[in-house]
Amino acid sequence: MNSNRRKFIKIAGLAALGWSICPPLAGARTSRYKRIEEGLRAERWAMAIDTAKLTQEVMDRAIAACHELHNVPKIENDQNIKWIWVETFYNLIYDQSHPFLQERQLPVLTLCNHCDNPPCVRVCPTKATFSREDGIVLMDFHRCIGCRFCMAGCPYGARSFNYFDPKLFLNEDDMNRDFPARDMGVVEKCEFCAHLLDQGERPACVEAAEGALFFGDVRDPDSEVRQVLRERYSLVRKPKLGTEPQVYYLI
Amino acid sequence: MYNAKYIIPGLIIFALLFTFPFWYNLGAVTYEPVELELPEDFDDCIESTEFMRTEHMKLLDEWRDIYVRDGYQLYWSELKEQYFLMSLTKTCMDCHDNKEDFCDRCHDQTAVDPYCWDCHHTEP
Repeated sequence: MNSNRRKFIKIAGLAALGWSICPPLAGARTSRYKRIEEGLRAERWAMAIDTAKLTQEVMDRAIAACHELHNVPKIENDQNIKWIWVETFYNLIYDQSHPFLQERQLPVLTLCNHCDNPPCVRVCPTKATFSREDGIVLMDFHRCIGCRFCMAGCPYGARSFNYFDPKLFLNEDDMNRDFPARDMGVVEKCEFCAHLLDQGERPACVEAAEGALFFGDVRDPDSEVRQVLRERYSLVRKPKLGTEPQVYYLI
Repeated sequence: MYNAKYIIPGLIIFALLFTFPFWYNLGAVTYEPVELELPEDFDDCIESTEFMRTEHMKLLDEWRDIYVRDGYQLYWSELKEQYFLMSLTKTCMDCHDNKEDFCDRCHDQTAVDPYCWDCHHTEP
């Protein structure tokens, strides 16, 4: 046979070269997946809540809009599910409060802070909760095993656990078909309406609150969030923890 | 052979027990493909029938990861040459609007119990 080591190595080298080039060439055709073109994009989504404009009616409207959109059940005990809810200023920002503030209720709308450094994401053993590129801390309900580490990790109480099948507390006919329900044993929370942003719409609470909530790209100096943060004094919850919350409270 | 009178009957009993599932099911009802109620308006699904029959679960699994985690919403169908929204309720169940006569019939026959519809709506 007319074969030697030199020839064999040459052929093997060429084969390895071909092997390394071919798969990328084959995959060079257009990707099978695409984003919706009208979707809203941002480097870092953030929200500013104007506490001066928060009347009970505005807050109720925002909560109703969110909870109807996301099929969030109302359970009349301490195992209720909440994505967006009302808290008194004293409880909400206690490290900036003093005892006499307890005399004033000052109810404030609050929700998941979508932290830049989210402890819930760090503790999740299945990566069911994760940070999107645009900063939204999202839940992948498919992966959630219900261990509730994230609830222990979240310093803001923004997460709720489904102790029951939430569909027991929802009317089948009234459910929003654009968003799935959840099953018993998963944790859920606000998603900054990531699914609406991807379709080109703003979050439901922002639309419902009609000017009391500002939403935008906090890395963009011209966004409405940045403008309002320049003009007004603002606070975030528990800044010392280093979670870098992205929901700002305008005072 | 030592102890052949013990070993050979033992081997026979072992072989009989080992092949129990095969001869027990001899003459039993065999698997029959089910008749599914297909959507009338279309000839094809988003991919070929053979692909959908064998791979739909992998496709849906891929979709949920791509949609939820990677932030893509549209899937390019080579067969239809158009983009489809990756949504079980809004895309699949829009055409296959009868879960009982499409999804369930085959799933029951093959004894699988997917929990997709525990959360996802059966109609858009």
